[in-house]
Amino acid sequence: MIQVAAFWLFATIVIASAAMVIFARNPVHSVMWLILAFFNAAGLMLLAGAEFIAMLLVIVYVGAVAVLFLFVVMMLDIDFAELRAGFVRYLPLGALVAIILAAEMIFAVGAWSAGGVDLATRAAPVVTDKSNIQQIGELLYTRYIFLFEAAGIVLLVAMIGAIVLTHRQRGGVRIQNVSAQNQRRPEDATRLVDPGVGQGVQL
Amino acid sequence: MTEFFQDFQFLGLPWEWARVTMSYDAAWALATICGILLIALPLMLAVAMIIYADRKIWAAIALRRGPNVVGPFGLLQSFADGLKVFLQETIIPSSANRGLFLIAPIITFTVALMAWAVIPFNSGAVLADINVGLLYILAISSLGVYGVILSGWSSNSKYPFFSALRASAQMISYEVSIGFILIGVVLYAGSFNMNAIVKAQEGFGLGIVNAFGFNLLLFPLAVMFLISALAETARAPFDLTEAESELVAGYQTEYSSMSFALFWLGEYANVLLMCTLNAVLFWGGWLPPLNIDLIPWFDIPGVIWLFAKILFFFFVFSWVKATVPRYRYDQLMRLGWKIFLPISLIWIFLISGWLMVTRYGDCRDSERVYISQMTDNETGKTYRGGPPKNSWDGICRSKIQGSTKVSS
Repeated sequence: MIQVAAFWLFATIVIASAAMVIFARNPVHSVMWLILAFFNAAGLMLLAGAEFIAMLLVIVYVGAVAVLFLFVVMMLDIDFAELRAGFVRYLPLGALVAIILAAEMIFAVGAWSAGGVDLATRAAPVVTDKSNIQQIGELLYTRYIFLFEAAGIVLLVAMIGAIVLTHRQRGGVRIQNVSAQNQRRPEDATRLVDPGVGQGVQL
Repeated sequence: MTEFFQDFQFLGLPWEWARVTMSYDAAWALATICGILLIALPLMLAVAMIIYADRKIWAAIALRRGPNVVGPFGLLQSFADGLKVFLQETIIPSSANRGLFLIAPIITFTVALMAWAVIPFNSGAVLADINVGLLYILAISSLGVYGVILSGWSSNSKYPFFSALRASAQMISYEVSIGFILIGVVLYAGSFNMNAIVKAQEGFGLGIVNAFGFNLLLFPLAVMFLISALAETARAPFDLTEAESELVAGYQTEYSSMSFALFWLGEYANVLLMCTLNAVLFWGGWLPPLNIDLIPWFDIPGVIWLFAKILFFFFVFSWVKATVPRYRYDQLMRLGWKIFLPISLIWIFLISGWLMVTRYGDCRDSERVYISQMTDNETGKTYRGGPPKNSWDGICRSKIQGSTKVSS
């Protein structure tokens, strides 16, 4: 009963907030609705017994990706009139994409329920004797080890690419040498003198 | 929900009563709500007292008296402050984004309370005994940044916005190294469950000391975690988000009344949470420090040990606040990305390598057996394998389970 209530709660909020992502006028509000959608999707995954994926969804998407979205969107200076003009201009293209997506979804669901696919593969069997993390780890590091490593290499290349693209040599920047700063002692910079009366100090 | 919250004498009452009078679901919901209150209300009281303690410690180190007027020794100072902000007017700047401006402190406060659901207060005394407890804490603490960002942006004011940008960059940077540090702990404990992590520390150091921090490989991680915890909660010396000499009061500048108080409470609840994590992950949680029964240490309830450790770490936090000058922002970023991140990464390699050698390593040649023929007792079928090809083929004798006769 509680599970069913939780499911309806999460599912309703996911759909409502996903709709609000597109309907919200203010982009910052859009991102906040998106975060709410992520969060409730994680709740749905918890109900499905995939607690590891749920936690990773929150950590990666809510904790890192959405923060970057928010960062970028907050910096934007948004002219709402211009946005609305663009809306009308791109309406046919957007409608086309929406129609294609809807048609594909209808085809997919139709083909699925027509029974062409093996019925046993529709729902994944739930293994209860092992924890989620253990199951994923066992598959990932044995059967899918090469795919896993390939994904790692792709990410590494992407990271290096991003660094190469944004790295530039700037002139006129004085880079701090922190170890030199830490090694600097009072004796290196100051001098104690005890001049007599009428005598100056040699600078 | 574990047996503690069902058997507990105050709480067992509603649970037992509810079990006979209503459905299981309603009883479960009622008992869970009681459990939440049992954690959240003392936590709020603890936050009020810890603010007082913080001010007293800080004053003592600065050779001042600190709060000493309201109540005996000024003990009621936090309650007087709370009453004061409660009676103030909530001012919302006219150009602020009203909804987000009000939601931001609520997010901060709620997130600070949510993480306590998986903290083990004693053996089995944990509200949600989930097997991804540590990941849950990471997920919840990564939510904390939203309260700060939103308050900074929605205030529509320069200084709060600068503060929000600083805070989000700072929290994201240190979350990365905290994640790696936690992986080191998880590798040793072999579980993400908080209770299992505490239990793995029993007699961890030579069978005597109940703490991961005793291990030479884990001690540097414990130190880095303490420092990262300071940065994650934006406490001094990393309190650049509310650096009063630069940013007025940071993201809280435009807040007043209860919305300000929620930030305040959430901040200290987060500090307490980080102290608790230090105690639970590295210093034995609810276990007594030593695993010997010379003194009747195990008769003292685990909650007392946990609270003592939390208070010790809170004292360290206050001590640092009172003595260490504030970092510059570039120094903060350097510490996070160029020092903690590489060291914690290297430490993951070291720890997993050490565990491979000591726990999961290959066995000695004398222990190695090669199974050339195997008979299933139930079906009577016999399986045959080819002859061994390499010198490392075969498995350890100790890893063979069940009633198996091994003939080499």
